[in-house]
Amino acid sequence: MGLKEKLHQFRVKNHDKKWFPVFSGFHTFLFTPNEITKKGTHVKGADDLKRTMNTVVMALIPCLIFGMFNTGYQHYLATGEIEAVANGFFSSGFWTWDNFILGFSKILPLVIVSYVVGLAIEFVFCVIKGHEIEEGYLVTGMLVPLIVPVDLPLWMLTIAIVFGVVIGKEVFGGTGMNILNPALTIRAFLFFAYPTWMSGDKVWVQGAVDGVTKAGSTDAISGETVLGYLAQGNTETLAQKYDLADMFFGFIPGSVGETSTLLILLGGLFLIFSKIASWRIMLSAVIGSLAMGLIFNGVVSAGWIPEYSKFYTLMSFEFWQHLLVGGLAFGIVYMATDPVTGSQTNRGKWIYGFLIGFLSVMIRVFNPGYPEGVFLAILLMNVFAPTIDHYVIRGNVKRRLKRLKNATIYPKTSGEVEALKTETV
Amino acid sequence: MGLLSKKDANLILDPLADNNPITIQVLGICSALAITAELKASVVMSLSVLFVLGVGNMVISLMRNIIPSKIRIIVQLIVVATLVIVVDQVLKAFAYELSKTLAVFVGLIITNCIIMGRFEAFALGNGPWKSFLDGIGNALGYGVILIIVGFFRELLGSGTLFGIPVLGDPIAKTGLYATGYENNGFMIIPPAALIVVGIIIWVQRSRNKALIEEA
Repeated sequence: MGLKEKLHQFRVKNHDKKWFPVFSGFHTFLFTPNEITKKGTHVKGADDLKRTMNTVVMALIPCLIFGMFNTGYQHYLATGEIEAVANGFFSSGFWTWDNFILGFSKILPLVIVSYVVGLAIEFVFCVIKGHEIEEGYLVTGMLVPLIVPVDLPLWMLTIAIVFGVVIGKEVFGGTGMNILNPALTIRAFLFFAYPTWMSGDKVWVQGAVDGVTKAGSTDAISGETVLGYLAQGNTETLAQKYDLADMFFGFIPGSVGETSTLLILLGGLFLIFSKIASWRIMLSAVIGSLAMGLIFNGVVSAGWIPEYSKFYTLMSFEFWQHLLVGGLAFGIVYMATDPVTGSQTNRGKWIYGFLIGFLSVMIRVFNPGYPEGVFLAILLMNVFAPTIDHYVIRGNVKRRLKRLKNATIYPKTSGEVEALKTETV
Repeated sequence: MGLLSKKDANLILDPLADNNPITIQVLGICSALAITAELKASVVMSLSVLFVLGVGNMVISLMRNIIPSKIRIIVQLIVVATLVIVVDQVLKAFAYELSKTLAVFVGLIITNCIIMGRFEAFALGNGPWKSFLDGIGNALGYGVILIIVGFFRELLGSGTLFGIPVLGDPIAKTGLYATGYENNGFMIIPPAALIVVGIIIWVQRSRNKALIEEA
């Protein structure tokens, strides 16, 4: 009797035990169960929840690895140990072991804490509820380390994950029932609970906070994000520091995985071609952010806003460059497309996506305190997604009833047709 | 309880747990969200409501047979407004700093749903002694939740209780702060109160399944 067979018998024998969901979860994670359907004909799709989740995680891996290199790169750049790279995406000054090792040692703990804490909660709730383990946390666990600053203390991350998974997901009934995206709930909690660790010019470069707290240290370093520069109106320093290629390739300070628009674009294409994420949401969100950007640019070029206004710099920022900086691209590709919290209907997806892009840029410009408006915009639209769907479905019902009224229906008696025509929504 | 009959005692004890105005009837939420960032404000608010609701319930009950039912809401408002002004003036005279913290929320006791709710639901149909007990009970039930919420929000949000630092000094990094602990800014903003109240409701209903409404 092989191991597989033994495990299967163990499974059958203990199926009513309290801890069974935990065992079952590990079992199906490690082995493909050899149980087959005994009765009737069934059509089974190969793209179950586990595979869907794994595809998204695969799409995130390039961002994660790039984030590791970038963490080291930004740190050594800020301390002055290396020069800025200038030879495109594959420049050898960026892809060095030194950069990678520093980033790896800082980011791996974030990933481990994220998965261990999140899955532990998931297991506890499955045992209490007597459910099968749900794979919902696989993607959240990978997203969370990618959207926080690299120096975030691990205990803060732990508290935020407990909050996000319990209040954001489990109280609504677990995977598939949540209203808000758990990863964004975690980020929002961190943002409001520990703002000094989540914004400002000290958090985006590894080691900058230590540089501040060490009294009398001369190597106090800082790294402002592009949006941070703009919010303060420093366009000159920004232009000296980063050009468009830097922003597109991702050689800029920011949260771990959000800086490289190129890799996010590739991940997004992968998700579209594997039909995991909705291209409607992505496209309409891009259109929405461009539209809002264009409106702001129009206001500036029409001369409606004076140059000393605190919104001037952010408003005059080229509309399409909004997609290159900050978490907008990352949010659109990986967060807005979450099938649970987004709109379900096709027309609803267009509205939902458009408003996400539109609101993100609006929050970005009008509230310099929250340069990263995208997570707030997505959370807000998460709340509105069911309402959008409701009205889309109502509209559809109305349209079809109208069509029915004008149709000639043959086999029915005239009385029945009259009854149909007088029926109202 | 030798002092009270069992029925009378229930008037006070029921609202404390199984018929709590905040967690079961979900009344008086606005003030519970607004002023619970500090424990001191929660306690003073609870005491103010205790006075207004206890006395108000009794006064309305005494007048219940002479109030024409068409204008009863106006009469109730006058009674509660009079009592609230008394509370407000007392606070301004003896605890000026605190009255500035509570600001408009003392005045807003008038619109607290619990008060009008008890006047309508209880005082108009029961005698003064019972109405008084009912008012005290509901105000205590309200106060208990306010104090629980205020305790957690002040402890986690500011690291103090009644304004006294209990976790150490966040600037000099003593006590718990020496280990890298930081105050949770989320607990200070009003949405946190909503979540804390939600957790209390969750705990209460999982301990007593009979309280869960049918879906």
